[in-house]
Amino acid sequence: MKIDRRGFLSLGVGAAAGIVVTPLPWKLTDDLSIWTQNWPWTPVPADGEKAYAKSVCSLCPGGCGISVRKVEDRAIKIEGIEGHPVNDGGICILGLSGLQTLYGPTRVKQPLMRSGNRGEGRWQKVDWDTALAEITKRLAEIRKAGQAHTVACVAGSDQGTVPQLLKRFLAAYGSSNFIRTPSIRDSYELAFKTMQGSEASAGFDLFNSDFVLSFGSGVIEGWGSPVYMFRANSELRGKGKIVQIEPRLSNTAAKSDKWVPINPGTEAVLALGLAHEIIKESLYNKEFVEKYAAGFESWEDAKGQKQKGFKDWVLENYWPASVANITGVKPAVIHELAVSFAKASKPVALCGRGQGNTPVSLFESMAIHALNALVGNINQKGGISAVPFADYINWPKAPADAVAEAGLQQPRIDGAQSDPFASRYLLNRVVNAAESGKPYALQALLVWEADPIYTLSGSAAVKAAFDKIPFVVSFSSHMNETAQYADLILPDHFYLERYQDIPTPLGMAVPSISLSRPVVKPQFDTKYTGDVLIQVAKGIGGNLAEAMPWKDYEQCLKETLGDHWDKLNAKGMLIAEQYQPPAWDKAFKTASGKFEFCALTAIGETVSIEGDKESYPLTLIPYDSMRLANGFIGDPPFVIKTVSDRILKKKDIFVEINPETAKQYGLADGKSAVLETPRGSARVRVNVFEGIVPGVIAMPRGLGHKAYDKFLAGKGLNVNEFIGSVEDPVSGLDAAWGIRAKLTIA
Amino acid sequence: MDGKGQESGPRGILVLYFFIGFTISVIIGWIIFPKLLYSQKKQPIDFNHALHVESVAEGCESCHFFREDGSFSGIPKLAQCIECHESAMGENPEEAKFVEEYVAKGIEVPWLSYSRQPDCVFFSHAAHIKMAELECKICHGPIGESEHSRIYEENRLTGYSRDIWGKNIAGIKQNSWDRMKMDDCAECHADMGGGRKDACFVCHK
Ligand code: SF4
Repeated sequence: MKIDRRGFLSLGVGAAAGIVVTPLPWKLTDDLSIWTQNWPWTPVPADGEKAYAKSVCSLCPGGCGISVRKVEDRAIKIEGIEGHPVNDGGICILGLSGLQTLYGPTRVKQPLMRSGNRGEGRWQKVDWDTALAEITKRLAEIRKAGQAHTVACVAGSDQGTVPQLLKRFLAAYGSSNFIRTPSIRDSYELAFKTMQGSEASAGFDLFNSDFVLSFGSGVIEGWGSPVYMFRANSELRGKGKIVQIEPRLSNTAAKSDKWVPINPGTEAVLALGLAHEIIKESLYNKEFVEKYAAGFESWEDAKGQKQKGFKDWVLENYWPASVANITGVKPAVIHELAVSFAKASKPVALCGRGQGNTPVSLFESMAIHALNALVGNINQKGGISAVPFADYINWPKAPADAVAEAGLQQPRIDGAQSDPFASRYLLNRVVNAAESGKPYALQALLVWEADPIYTLSGSAAVKAAFDKIPFVVSFSSHMNETAQYADLILPDHFYLERYQDIPTPLGMAVPSISLSRPVVKPQFDTKYTGDVLIQVAKGIGGNLAEAMPWKDYEQCLKETLGDHWDKLNAKGMLIAEQYQPPAWDKAFKTASGKFEFCALTAIGETVSIEGDKESYPLTLIPYDSMRLANGFIGDPPFVIKTVSDRILKKKDIFVEINPETAKQYGLADGKSAVLETPRGSARVRVNVFEGIVPGVIAMPRGLGHKAYDKFLAGKGLNVNEFIGSVEDPVSGLDAAWGIRAKLTIA
Repeated sequence: MDGKGQESGPRGILVLYFFIGFTISVIIGWIIFPKLLYSQKKQPIDFNHALHVESVAEGCESCHFFREDGSFSGIPKLAQCIECHESAMGENPEEAKFVEEYVAKGIEVPWLSYSRQPDCVFFSHAAHIKMAELECKICHGPIGESEHSRIYEENRLTGYSRDIWGKNIAGIKQNSWDRMKMDDCAECHADMGGGRKDACFVCHK
């Protein structure tokens, strides 16, 4: 039978009609759509057994509890642990993207020895035996030459077993040059030491405050333990007030109850202006000031000379009108602020700009702390307290041989701790010392969880100083700026691959210990820095080997934590629940046994910045953002993607400027301009922004990396390259809060 | 083209052609298509659920247990089987094969999972079993009563098990465990929550 055209059509129509009464088209459509989701070139992590591992994040000193979802040994998602005392389920954007720092391309995958020039990026891959032999040989030689004191170590923290091992290693080796990277911790520790006689870190009971007076502290920008502070900030809503004193409208300022714009660098003066009003109106806490404080009233010293007390000093020098002149804050505002602060039932004043990654002058930290004393909130509910350092590390003193003893006799390279007002660590001074070779030339520098070349102000000077140090060792697990500039990289395991004890997170008022536990096995050929130290000590031998008797770092950690070990493994964090800050009569360890206002009146004024007004009519200040990590680790790709294009557009960084100032200099929004400071110049873009005081320009920290991957490197500028270090004459700390600058049409 | 002059065949023939086409399609759609769409695989070991359920104390959860952190262990790993089957416990040839090929060699059994969901689905057994107190059977059917492993059928296009769409090619279901598509999750969720709609991110994380 021959099928003609019509027959054929009938067959087709029949087939079509037939097919729609079968499930075929519907099922096929569904399957095809699923098929498109499963194209073989779409990367999908291998499936397998799922589990959660709990640990503690140590990408910053925040100490958040994290729960990591895993498929087999691959970590796939990081979340905050609900009910955790620090973060209660919250997590910051960096912590959330931690997996990109773990698996990303910027990891140092094995020990590396420099083969090209410094910073050239040419490396020879070596095995651990070779690397350890190299560092042991170099350090043994220096020691043998009687130069033990010329070895220094820079670390991101001085608490916990690794920093303590570094310190101990140096002590047994013969050097006292253990140096912590600078931050607001230095300022607080020094203020506590001078005014309260205590060696402690600062704790804030913000959850119970009802008036937070923040002198530029980015409560929701990463100040203190970031997520803990976000939570405190939310908790405060409706219950209390936050007043933000800052030259620019930061996120914290925008979300606060009141933003008080101020001329940058004049915070201390405003604090004393407020003290003036509180004293004048007699609103201070009489009980505290009269019974537990010294140096408030003027007095006669032993020689019969009249000494001016804090009260008279403030009343004479800090009239609202003159304070207004300096700070730009109107007298009426000063008065109103002082009264509402003093009248609040649980007020607290905070210090440290932005995330607090740079110290402030001792004058500033003391002036702000004096406000806390005036309102009597020290060691009180909702106030500030001196939190004792963790006390679980009780190793016997490191044994010293003759070389070690001779080395320890030498002064510290940074002259820190040399007088009562000097800070404990002065990394900024190492730059000058290395450059000038005074008091002696540094022969070797060990760097752990720090990136001084990127984070210190005056980057060019820091690099020049590094050039003078013959042997730089980095323990970084990432190729950051300092690692790039090292001679030898001995990569540590990264935070999700290791055990690490984490003492009280910054800003928490109760002492605690947390334990980071390995979530995945080490991904590369890395090694605990603790193990490196133990092995090098054994290699050099003698008293060094005796000082490090442990088999390995894990054994050291386990023994050191003792009874805590099992509990920490089960719970992750141990808090001294019963801890109460001491009552006022027992709180102060000063000579007078009281809180000493006189420490403040004895020292000078605020720190002024580099550059003259004539050539540089504007002031450049840096600012911090949660979206821009600016410490020893840079932004992973996810995080840099979230940065607004009013901050970074393609490779261009924006500088914020007030519309008035922009008009004055003929600068238009979005247009290119040339930024010049005494430290350098570069092309930037202009962000005309009403939230910044006239005459001031602001630039974010955390950009302009030369290290890391293509997602981060070469984007924007590093503000530290444009700011010079300015030493606080009292504490020695780098208290630069900005620099004079010029912005002209490009 | 000139079609007017052509002689048209009898109407009946056309109707016949229509029905031939129709019938072929129906046969293809209902019988051949499903056969082509799915490949058939045998489980590596013929597993007797009924026998196991009889001899363990805590029913399904004896082997498919919750870990301490609340996550679900799923199909047991070799280590778990070894707890009882270090060496053969009985005479069954399948057990002997299991001991010989997997236990002795320390190799994981490549079980084929009938209910594996796509990666984009976040499913918590704890939420369903512990919190909502559902029986395993509601989704997995009376698998605990089976004496032999069923043939595993894999969709050649999507790579998923046939159990997800359901055995019935038309997608018609009689029991709650007959299908495991998103609509089936949603149906139950809507019933349970009194018509409440869950947000996408409850399951797609
Ligand atoms: S705040 Fe700090 S500790 Fe917490 S998740 Fe973020 S980076 Fe980690």
